[in-house]
Amino acid sequence: MAQSNKPIVWGPFAAGGTLTAFLTPALILLTLLAGLGHVPELLAYEALRAFASHGLVKLGLGVVIFLSLWSAAHRLRITCYDLGVRADTLVATLVYAVAIAGTLAAAVYLLRLPAA
Amino acid sequence: MSERRVELDVLRYNPETDRTPHFQRYSVTCREEWVVLDALNHVKETVDPTLAYRWSCHMAVCGSCGMMINGEPKLACKSFLRDYPGVIRVEPLAHFPVERDLVTVIDDFIAKLTRVKPYLIPKEAKPIEAGEYRQTPAQLKRYKQFTLCINCMLCYAACPEYGMIPKFMGPAAISLAHRWNQDSRDGGRAERQEEIAATEGVWECSFTGACSEVCPEHVDPAAALQRVKIKSTIDWYLAHTMPWLNK
Ligand code: SF4
Ligand code: FES
Repeated sequence: MAQSNKPIVWGPFAAGGTLTAFLTPALILLTLLAGLGHVPELLAYEALRAFASHGLVKLGLGVVIFLSLWSAAHRLRITCYDLGVRADTLVATLVYAVAIAGTLAAAVYLLRLPAA
Repeated sequence: MSERRVELDVLRYNPETDRTPHFQRYSVTCREEWVVLDALNHVKETVDPTLAYRWSCHMAVCGSCGMMINGEPKLACKSFLRDYPGVIRVEPLAHFPVERDLVTVIDDFIAKLTRVKPYLIPKEAKPIEAGEYRQTPAQLKRYKQFTLCINCMLCYAACPEYGMIPKFMGPAAISLAHRWNQDSRDGGRAERQEEIAATEGVWECSFTGACSEVCPEHVDPAAALQRVKIKSTIDWYLAHTMPWLNK
């Protein structure tokens, strides 16, 4: 039997899932802290902005955003299938398109940040 | 020793006389420490000798007494009556055709098992004079857990994907393929990948994890399938980004 091409979509899904499993709790914690008015010096807007303007950091952020969005999209696709929405090709096209659009938007914003 | 009147609702089906399966209620006096298999044996001996079901070892090693007990895939020889107050519903394993009463047709599973070549395919031919194969404890540990499978098929009855897509190779077959792939003596991975890296191989799995929940031997087939996915994904990316690696 032929080798499946599923790894194309599954690879970034698994990578994104692993990544978000670590990132999400940290983000929730930081958001809560920020909500309570405790923004650590290191994570202040100016500091983060300066950090994000390095070329390599931009690339890293782009990859992280892509993997996270892709992983969420793929998870949603499977959930739809499990909930009985069997139009898999349509659902897949939709959710992956949203993930790619989100990645492109992030890329545009990242590129517009002035380089350090 | 205390006794209890146990009521069993058992699915009956005789292909020669019945058009559809139906439930039959049996009421027998059982000892409190009995398992469901004991209750069925008691029914067969004292009430109804026509009741058909499979069993052999009565100690959770032969894998033949799998059935649905109150809707869950279970080994009848490992399911204690004391855990089931009230009427106990006993049906043949889900997702398999029924041959008669609690006996299912398992040809599909056997065919899949055969396809993954669940046996040693030596890396290189080794004459007996060359002595035994040696393995370190670390090499043994890589696959030992997956050798514990008793082919009871509870994982197939639990798997919603197998229920939807009968072509799916399913948990046990893929776990056993993984077991041999992980073996340092084995060289048959490429042959097994033909089956398990296909769409109907590991890729129908959506990681619901039901297989690992019901597995009576704690094989954790879901973990095996996830590892097969990761390894097959690495294979795929290597083959498509570095074609010169391909033979
Ligand atoms: S993996 Fe577990 S549940 Fe599945 S056939 Fe093997 S022993 Fe039974
Ligand atoms: S009778 Fe052998 S596993 Fe139950």
